[in-house]
Amino acid sequence: MDFWTLANALATGLLTGLVYGLSALGLSVIFGVIRIVNFAHGEIMVMGMFFALVMFRWLGLDPMLSVPLAAAILFVFGYALQSTVISRVAHLPDHMQFLLLAAIAVMIVNGSLLIFGPDPQAINISYSFDSFDIGENLIIDKTRAYAAIAAVAISGLLLGFFKYSRTGKAIRACADNYLGAQVVGLKVDHLYALTFGIGAACLGAAGCVLLLLIEVHPYLAPGYTLLAFVIVIIGGLGSMTGALVGGILIGMSEALAAIVLQPSMKSAFSFGLLILVLLLRPQGLMGKSVK
Amino acid sequence: MTDKVNKTKSEKTTGSIISRRQFTAGVAAVGAAASVGPWYIKNARAAEPLKVGVLLPRSGGQAQIGIDCQRGADAALPILKDLGYPELKFMLADFETKVDVARTQTAKLIDEGAHLVVGAFDSGATMAAAQVCEQRNIPLVVNIAAVPKLTGMGLKWVFRNFPHGPMIVKDAFVNQKVLFKMTGHTPKTVTLMHVNDTFGSSLAGALFKLAPRFKMPYKIVEKISYDPYGRDLSAEVRKAKASKGEALWVVSRLNDAIMMTKEMVKQRFEPMGILSTGPGWYDQEYMKATGKFGDDVISLVPWHDSNKPLSKTLEAYFAKHHPDRQVNPNHTYTFEGIMVAADAYKRAGSTDAKALQAALRTTNITNNVTTAERITFDKNGQNPHVKNSAVQNRGGKNLVILPQSAAVAKPIWPMRPWKKRG
Amino acid sequence: MMGVNFLADLTIKGKAGLLLILAILISLPFWSSSYIISVATITLYLAILGQSWNLMLGFAGLLSLGHALFVGISAYLAAYGFSVLGLPPVISVFPAVLLAILMGMLIGYLGFRFSIGGVYFALLTIAFAELVRISVDHLGFIGGTEGLFLPVSEGDRKGVDLINLRGHPFMFYYLAMVLAFLTLAGCRTLLKSKLGYYWQAIRDDQDAAQALGINVFRYKMYAVIYSSGIAGVAGVFYAFYQNSLFPESVFGIERSIEVTLGPIVGGVGSLFGPVLGAFILTPLGEGLTELIDFLKNSGIIDPKLKLNGLKLLIWGLVVSLIVLFKPRGIWPWLSDKLGFCRTEGD
Repeated sequence: MDFWTLANALATGLLTGLVYGLSALGLSVIFGVIRIVNFAHGEIMVMGMFFALVMFRWLGLDPMLSVPLAAAILFVFGYALQSTVISRVAHLPDHMQFLLLAAIAVMIVNGSLLIFGPDPQAINISYSFDSFDIGENLIIDKTRAYAAIAAVAISGLLLGFFKYSRTGKAIRACADNYLGAQVVGLKVDHLYALTFGIGAACLGAAGCVLLLLIEVHPYLAPGYTLLAFVIVIIGGLGSMTGALVGGILIGMSEALAAIVLQPSMKSAFSFGLLILVLLLRPQGLMGKSVK
Repeated sequence: MTDKVNKTKSEKTTGSIISRRQFTAGVAAVGAAASVGPWYIKNARAAEPLKVGVLLPRSGGQAQIGIDCQRGADAALPILKDLGYPELKFMLADFETKVDVARTQTAKLIDEGAHLVVGAFDSGATMAAAQVCEQRNIPLVVNIAAVPKLTGMGLKWVFRNFPHGPMIVKDAFVNQKVLFKMTGHTPKTVTLMHVNDTFGSSLAGALFKLAPRFKMPYKIVEKISYDPYGRDLSAEVRKAKASKGEALWVVSRLNDAIMMTKEMVKQRFEPMGILSTGPGWYDQEYMKATGKFGDDVISLVPWHDSNKPLSKTLEAYFAKHHPDRQVNPNHTYTFEGIMVAADAYKRAGSTDAKALQAALRTTNITNNVTTAERITFDKNGQNPHVKNSAVQNRGGKNLVILPQSAAVAKPIWPMRPWKKRG
Repeated sequence: MMGVNFLADLTIKGKAGLLLILAILISLPFWSSSYIISVATITLYLAILGQSWNLMLGFAGLLSLGHALFVGISAYLAAYGFSVLGLPPVISVFPAVLLAILMGMLIGYLGFRFSIGGVYFALLTIAFAELVRISVDHLGFIGGTEGLFLPVSEGDRKGVDLINLRGHPFMFYYLAMVLAFLTLAGCRTLLKSKLGYYWQAIRDDQDAAQALGINVFRYKMYAVIYSSGIAGVAGVFYAFYQNSLFPESVFGIERSIEVTLGPIVGGVGSLFGPVLGAFILTPLGEGLTELIDFLKNSGIIDPKLKLNGLKLLIWGLVVSLIVLFKPRGIWPWLSDKLGFCRTEGD
């Protein structure tokens, strides 16, 4: 195994992982605050991807430019979903919440199927076939580099929001202490809806960025939902930096597993890791100790 | 139950005016049937069109190819009519690129009265359909499917006019040797990349089993299998590049082919050349998506013989109805599948399953389109005469380069470097 | 769920309802098409799996989203036994079910020992199912991604061979029906037994039960064992009914989710809920397909329109409405309304 192959693999894995991290961030935010397991995670992200696809086809917009639009639209979608539908099942047992979100996921997948058809669709952007050369031996492809940069920027924005803004702090307060937050007078329902909206917006952004890397089709979603869960568990549920760290870790370990083992086994590696983390350190790498 | 026949514009039956040929055929059929026994009379209305269930992936990952195969089937109707074959009626079914659906759709076709099924392009789906057809005693004519087990399991109702894995691989080895000799460039090492599904695994397996027997001049240094539902192939291509195989041999499908090419260009991976056994790389959609980067790929696949009169007819039909498409194996083998069905019906004179099965067993067609000299079926239901060619992509066209007798161009090997294209 | 005698728990209306259903089910092959029989067979199969899944959630408190794992490994073992070793399923069902149970015990043990519950346990089951799926993908001797195909022959449909599970679709239908009834009766008996009381106690208040000296771990494990065992039996049936197994279609997460739908819609924790749920959902799905075809054929909808996702879209909508408006499941509401049962939750 030659060094530069390894280096290239890890570099690619890192960049891909940053995009994974952005998508996992959406899940982490929602679960960390509202304690709802969003089984429609991948589907919402795919909505973002289709949006970017449409923008590219109609207006020739580079997906990265579609990010703010997608984020805005999906924010509204997420806010509405939480306040009208999901809040009604918050008190129901886990399996009912799961079923509702799974049913919503099915509706999104099949809605996309009706509108876009089942064929995988890719954008053929002008720089699809280009790469950057770093030094003599490191080759980074352009689409991946741009995607990673966008992912980092958006994640940074989000983290900043939660750490420094008033609303962000209010949301974190709800997550930490629901009763206390209510006592203090925070409008928890509104904040929950806001959080879901933000989570969905995050997914919209991640979707746009992901379109640069892969093709979109309606059945893409479940794989990404699972992946996001693996990342969030390993990184630590409720920890935002954990989601990013988890994303990078999974991105790189998948790349490594593909090179060292067989590529068709790379997901097996992630699942194995998930099992280990669940058993040995369920709070993940950076999460707080779990109930 | 209502007869849920998917009516599309391709469901044209071959005319309502009975020509003299059809009338004579009809009388002969009734006579023949009457002599066999009363219980055949019920089905021996010779003017009755043969209901052919056409099972293809019309949605899902293989939709493009399934729809392409249907073009070949559609071409068959008017062409066969002109040749005096009896009337056929299509019942279109879609297995959505899922094996489970293939099973239920085949059962549904049979429940709705299909006398015979043609399909299904995908190896796994075709195997599942074959099991259903075997149990229900309805013939299955395989248009395209390479898994050897299909005609190696002792099934009595399956008839395949397409090469299976070992046949494709054997011809590939032979053609490769000629290619290397002709161009003077022989790779010492080869990297194999294959999709990890029924088709890809069985072909790769056949490759490994047969390579020593053919004393190939190269060693296979790396075998990379990848997930058919994979999201991107960057890691796979990187591994291939690192393996330092001089040439790349791929067994893949259409979408992987496109993704792989993109990755190879991005990662500056330039093997001596790309050899493919399987679909995708010769496809129009592939060439459209990859542009100049899709040139010079050599597909070692079954192809048609442009010199045969029926090929000329088919090519003329395509020139008229699909001027932007080239005739490829999706079309030719599906066309021949329909022809086999029509031919069996003509000789059986009845839509009865056992009669059709018996007629299929004695098929002997020489007026065909593909490179097989004739279409017959051995005791396992396999046509032993099918042959494979070598076809190279050039500027959006597929040019036959081997066998030399059918070649229209000289091969380019090694392939041109990415930067030097267009 | 308490009561003494199954029939005694039903009111007159209930008994009549039961009789009607039995009459319909038993006579079905004689007046309906082979298509309806195949739908009914799958429905019964899902009802069995629903019961199995229900046991794990209702009494061991474990949400399993990887139930396809238990079905799948027993299916593969039985299929391998038949196609390679020539073992008839009547014999291979024992090792197959044992394997499913062992797998269940492993996962159950991990869950209890490491105190993994709720969503985390569900993810654990998903991870295990996926791991096995990917592993089987690479195991050439049981077919790998190429698939494992059972030998079939042209004479298969002619007879009734229960030993080799080869026969007419009616045979499979009645077999599924018998298995479904056995499962229902078996679960009922378990619930009314001492084991059932312990399960109730654990489900209502685990700590109190433990304080009373009930070995919570042991009884929860029993639930897991029964659950995975029943799934194993269903798996053997599946293998011989479908005749081919592919890792993706056997272990895939869609399969695991499919198992959970019936019980959740019908009513988790009730005995008849999973059965009702299966009988609502599967025909609903098929009915929607038929409806769409009918609308296309009669010209109300343009037949050229490829309405590929419409059926599942509507189906998802229906399920969402059920969750929103009948979160306890349909059976509890229905049985109250129709006055089928004397006691609650049956």
